[in-house]
Amino acid sequence: MSNTTKWGIVAEFESPAAIFKAAEKITAQGYTKVDAHTPFPVHGLDKALRQGPSHLGWIVICCGAMGICLAQLMMYWMNAVDSTSWVSGKEPYAWPSTIPITFELMVLLSGFGAVFGMFGINRLPRLHHPIFNHSTIHRATDDRFFLSVEATDPKFDSTQTARFLESIGGKHVEIVEE
Amino acid sequence: MTATANLTAPSLEQLAPHVNPRVKEGDLGTAQMVLLGLGIALIGAAWAMGGDHFYFSYLVGFMGVLGICLCALFFTMVQHITRAGWSITVRRLAENIAGTLPFMLLLFIPIVVGFGKIYHHWAHAELDPLKAGYDAVLHGKSSYLNSTAFFARVGVYFAIWISLALIFRRGSIKQDQTGDPAISLRLSRIAAPGLLLFALSITFAAFDWIMSLDPHWFSTIFGLTYFAGGYMAFFAFVILLAKWLGTKGYLKDAITVEHYHDLGKLLFAFMVFWTYTNFSQYMLIWYANLPEETRWYGDRTQNGWGAVGTILLFGHFFIPFVYLMSRHVKRNGVALSIGAIFLLIIHCMDMQFLIMPTMGGHAAEGAEAVHDAHEAVMNISFGEQMNQYMHHVSWMDFGCFVGLLAIVAGLTILNVRRTNLVPVRDPRLAESLHFQNL
Repeated sequence: MSNTTKWGIVAEFESPAAIFKAAEKITAQGYTKVDAHTPFPVHGLDKALRQGPSHLGWIVICCGAMGICLAQLMMYWMNAVDSTSWVSGKEPYAWPSTIPITFELMVLLSGFGAVFGMFGINRLPRLHHPIFNHSTIHRATDDRFFLSVEATDPKFDSTQTARFLESIGGKHVEIVEE
Repeated sequence: MTATANLTAPSLEQLAPHVNPRVKEGDLGTAQMVLLGLGIALIGAAWAMGGDHFYFSYLVGFMGVLGICLCALFFTMVQHITRAGWSITVRRLAENIAGTLPFMLLLFIPIVVGFGKIYHHWAHAELDPLKAGYDAVLHGKSSYLNSTAFFARVGVYFAIWISLALIFRRGSIKQDQTGDPAISLRLSRIAAPGLLLFALSITFAAFDWIMSLDPHWFSTIFGLTYFAGGYMAFFAFVILLAKWLGTKGYLKDAITVEHYHDLGKLLFAFMVFWTYTNFSQYMLIWYANLPEETRWYGDRTQNGWGAVGTILLFGHFFIPFVYLMSRHVKRNGVALSIGAIFLLIIHCMDMQFLIMPTMGGHAAEGAEAVHDAHEAVMNISFGEQMNQYMHHVSWMDFGCFVGLLAIVAGLTILNVRRTNLVPVRDPRLAESLHFQNL
């Protein structure tokens, strides 16, 4: 237990406005591995944290396209190849009849892509996260707003970063260990 | 006096002093007159040249533009009933577009004049069982489809639409002066029965004015497909109107890129919804394969209309679906405006596809002859169909749509000049001014 490594520094703020300003200031200093933990979405915070657009959309569109192809292949195989049958004068593989299934499979796989893609990007599920070692982090689900700077940030320095977080209004500035 | 009577919302001046709340005296007057003049000239020219074709073209234009005005009213009511905050700065434009509905009653006159020609299939149907050419189906429908009931319903529809449009616009303007939040509450309560009346009236208006052109045919989803296209066209129109006002220096800081992003999403959504409802209609008819239903689509494979159907499939769905999908397009003024103009043209073609094939159509012929004719054109190529379409399409179909759209745009600008550009004392104005997409 003596060989613990630093995960980062976490600071507590009292209001959405306070964390918004703090986020703007800390990213202006050149910190990049900064994240916010808030009880509810704070509008514009991801911009203040200078976070780029999410890549989730690309995962979703690929899954959706896969759903379309799979549905078409499946129905083509079943209706036109494996078990050909003419029903009420329609051709075995008639495109209008394939649309609802194609749509549903596209939605299903897009949904899977969105949920499991989000899990993958966030490395979820996991049983524990170092940030829970912070003494007041439980209030992130209630009435406090937290800013974290990870130790892997090139600008990270345990004393200077901590001092900076205090100077911009952070309370309970703590070094959190893995 | 209750406690709430003393509450007033902060004004635009307090919230955002840099936003210009009003059009400068005399400004935009030229544009208004040019649009009104262009509209009247186009309709006049079509009327002078058109003959019978004019009335059908006029119906194309009228139904296309009416959908925009009606859905402006719908948009206003939906924002009230959901107590939406983001849309407050856009809502006054919608109120002003819906404020042209009293003039739409005036613009309905050519349809009254051409009534006997447009709706001749049922207006002059033979209802006497002992006479030749007796139409049993129309006899059965005659208690609904007769000219007295038709014109009575015209009165009911316009009474509903005009009174709702005036209630919402006047209430909102009154709030500009008093800042009374109770007005917002009252309007959100009126919006609930208002939406119910709106849904019924637009559905039956679509039945009466478009679906009855082919009086044997019926589709219960038809009113919804008309609404879906109209709502999409409304978003296209309001985007263009706001962008244009932006170039004139108005509303720029009130309707921001965030609002355009959301309007773009709704434009995309109702473009897709149009496809959804139309495909629902098509697939059920195709699947059941009943001659009395399939003939409507059969008629739309004749005389090159199949080409228009294909154009709608791509132009009303596939192309705009890919084009408007990206957030970058929706947040780029020029790109979004191009999409909006394109979809307005497609909306006109949609109305054309619904209305024009019935002009001098096959309603009186036997089902067998029609079936044979349909079989014959099944294998004609797109290019050949397009050729046929170009042969008998008239500039008037588009001319009337553009003309009526210009008139409505001119009248909207007239309304815009007479009111504040945004609801300046709406209690949710601050939320709208600071609105951000996540």
